[in-house]
Amino acid sequence: MRKEYVMGNSAIALGALAAGVNLVSGYPGTPSSEIIETVGKYNNGSVHLEWSVNEKAAMEVAAGAAYAGARAMVTMKQVGLNVASDPLMSLAYVGVKGGMVIVSADDPGPISSQTEQDTRMFAEFARIPVFDPSSPEEAYIMIQDAFEYSEKYHTPVLFRPTTRVCHAYASIECEENPQPKRYEGFVKDSKKWVIFPKLSFMNHEMIEKRNPQIGNDFSKYKFNTVTGSGKKAVFASGISYAYVKEYLKDRQDVMLCRIATPYPFPEKLVLPVLEKAEEVLCVEELSPYVETHLQRIAGVHKLPVKVFGKSTGHGKLSGENSADYAAKIVGEFLGDKPSEDQIELSDMPQLPIRPPVLCAGCPHRASFYAVKKAMAGRKAYFCGDIGCYTLGNAMPLDMTDTCLCMGAGITMAQGLYHTDHDAVSFAFVGDSTFFASGMTGVVNAVYNEADMILCVLDNSTTAMTGHQPHPGTGRNMMGDIIEKVDIIKILEGIGVKKIEVVDPFELDKAVAVVKECAEIKGVKAIIFKSPCIAITKPSGKMNISEKCIGCKKCIKEIGCPAITFRDGKAEIDKSLCTGCGLCSSVCPVNAIGGDCNE
Amino acid sequence: MNKDILLCGVGGQGTVLASKLIASAAMLGGERVHSAETIGMAQRGGSVTSHVRIGEAYSPLIPFGSADMIMAFEPAEAVRNLCYLKKDGIVIVNSVPVKPVTESLHDTGYDGTEMISYLRKKCSNVIVVSAEEICEEFGSSKFFNVAILGVAVGSGKTGLSAENVMVEIESKIPERFRELNKKAFIKGMEIGEGYEAK
Repeated sequence: MRKEYVMGNSAIALGALAAGVNLVSGYPGTPSSEIIETVGKYNNGSVHLEWSVNEKAAMEVAAGAAYAGARAMVTMKQVGLNVASDPLMSLAYVGVKGGMVIVSADDPGPISSQTEQDTRMFAEFARIPVFDPSSPEEAYIMIQDAFEYSEKYHTPVLFRPTTRVCHAYASIECEENPQPKRYEGFVKDSKKWVIFPKLSFMNHEMIEKRNPQIGNDFSKYKFNTVTGSGKKAVFASGISYAYVKEYLKDRQDVMLCRIATPYPFPEKLVLPVLEKAEEVLCVEELSPYVETHLQRIAGVHKLPVKVFGKSTGHGKLSGENSADYAAKIVGEFLGDKPSEDQIELSDMPQLPIRPPVLCAGCPHRASFYAVKKAMAGRKAYFCGDIGCYTLGNAMPLDMTDTCLCMGAGITMAQGLYHTDHDAVSFAFVGDSTFFASGMTGVVNAVYNEADMILCVLDNSTTAMTGHQPHPGTGRNMMGDIIEKVDIIKILEGIGVKKIEVVDPFELDKAVAVVKECAEIKGVKAIIFKSPCIAITKPSGKMNISEKCIGCKKCIKEIGCPAITFRDGKAEIDKSLCTGCGLCSSVCPVNAIGGDCNE
Repeated sequence: MNKDILLCGVGGQGTVLASKLIASAAMLGGERVHSAETIGMAQRGGSVTSHVRIGEAYSPLIPFGSADMIMAFEPAEAVRNLCYLKKDGIVIVNSVPVKPVTESLHDTGYDGTEMISYLRKKCSNVIVVSAEEICEEFGSSKFFNVAILGVAVGSGKTGLSAENVMVEIESKIPERFRELNKKAFIKGMEIGEGYEAK
């Protein structure tokens, strides 16, 4: 065994390797991305590892491996599970041979997500088990158990850490030299592996009979625990358990019940607690999942116990919990005197707001600015998408009118066009998102005769989630150099007649291209090609000379974080500037110069 | 030893490296450590925090009123996170403000001074340092993360051994930046030691 100080996501990866995982697939998404990156770091080539093109593909790749008896893990963030839900729902009926664990990382807050959906609910919807770790240490062990349960019951299982588990660091004792599992290989059996209504009917009944048994099995599972005694009980799930434990420490005058496997619910473990307790409090994030089950069990068994939680105003309806919030609600529930350790801060001065912004030198800023300039005075709709470029919505760029989900900008721009032929409809999509779910939308536009301009913001990486490779980057997670999948050829193949490639930092040229495309009917594509600043070396630094008249045009037009205003003049923050030169093309008095890109 | 240290700043200031050095130096000293970082969209110029918990801890996040020390890379971020500080805790704060883009658009005159006075009013232990002054000789404020760590260790309030931090600087920082980082750490140490002597 060796000791490693790792992030929760790395603990999950190391746990999967210790479980002998044979194949790992996934699509990047905060807070899940580092799981695959960690497998990549430790992989000697014996595990097939891939960033799949999207979550649906990842799920199906993993399912294929699990049919063959291999152990497979697929990773994604919670909204990725929506994309993968089509294969998941059917896979739940068909089942697996080798252990298959689907990691879907939830993001209470939400901190980096579109929704606060709860994967525990998804597990119940799909009728498959779900594991909910409360710490990185636990996640390392629990992911191994998840593979065991998957094989024991021939079902895919969900594993749902939340952001604070994924991104927490802890020391774990991990397997020195884990070996991938030996497996039999795919054995043909169409009655088993081909889903038809008859199979679904039979397996549905089997699943409904099986799940209560899994619930009983889970009642004995080591991470589902009840400690303490008394007339009151606190139930907690996931990271909230860590918060409650932080408050209660080893206190024994209250029952503390940890639910590590929310579905199938460990009813046998919980029932005696509900029989003994007069009042229970549920501390959990996202949906009132445990709470609803406790209400159900209390109802079925006609127990007089009072269940407090989100539905009774004893829990946040949205947002994440914290150690303090848990301390507050548990303290109030137990009638404890509030702690007076905190500094009194009611007179706090107003703090600056810091919305995230595009980095200094980000090529997306230049692309948005070029489109903005080209469309000045014209009616236009700007449909955004998921990635760093969602930040194009911020002032002063203000270039994102819609953002819904991965790939939606391309198709929503078509809906807007069909309702308003006078406006120019734009869709902005990143290179990774284009591959993930943008391509089919372009087919739709061509087929259904939409007039739109597709702007592919090609920065040669998956920037927001930490620079993962994708089909257009020419390398994959097995360390192989592959032929790049060419966005232009894809667009040509789909039938897009007008395709332009421009460097967004050549501002005048970029503006001209946008203007030209706006005059043409049909689907047009502009590929704004310039690499992410995080994967290239800065070309230099800009300077602002004495000529600056303090008009603030550079600040008001492009909103670059490297430009500040001091003593009546604009100033470049040299530690941030990359020398992209966009500001110099904006300055009306040519006061900005330097070693810029051009 | 139980120590809760909260690092805060603005995305891109290097809080993550400083917290990693604290965590690994503490582990080198035989301590159990838990930590948590801000990762994701907020890293693009938003407020970021790292919670480092040395010793016994269940929650990866420090509860309010529990931090022994706040290491703030930006004055307003120190105030934003002051709720985490113990009543007798210490704040080490950079006086140089980072103005958000929104601030440059609508000038409200934020320059950090009001924040520093507020910190002084609320806590008895405040060390104010200027990243510009400390880092002038190194040619970039990018070395401030290791310098402020020096101040923290020098103050004697972290319980960390300077030798262990040095060992970790040696092993975690790429060679071409190593010497300057060591110098920045030592310079910070001297400032921190000076504080303790007062």
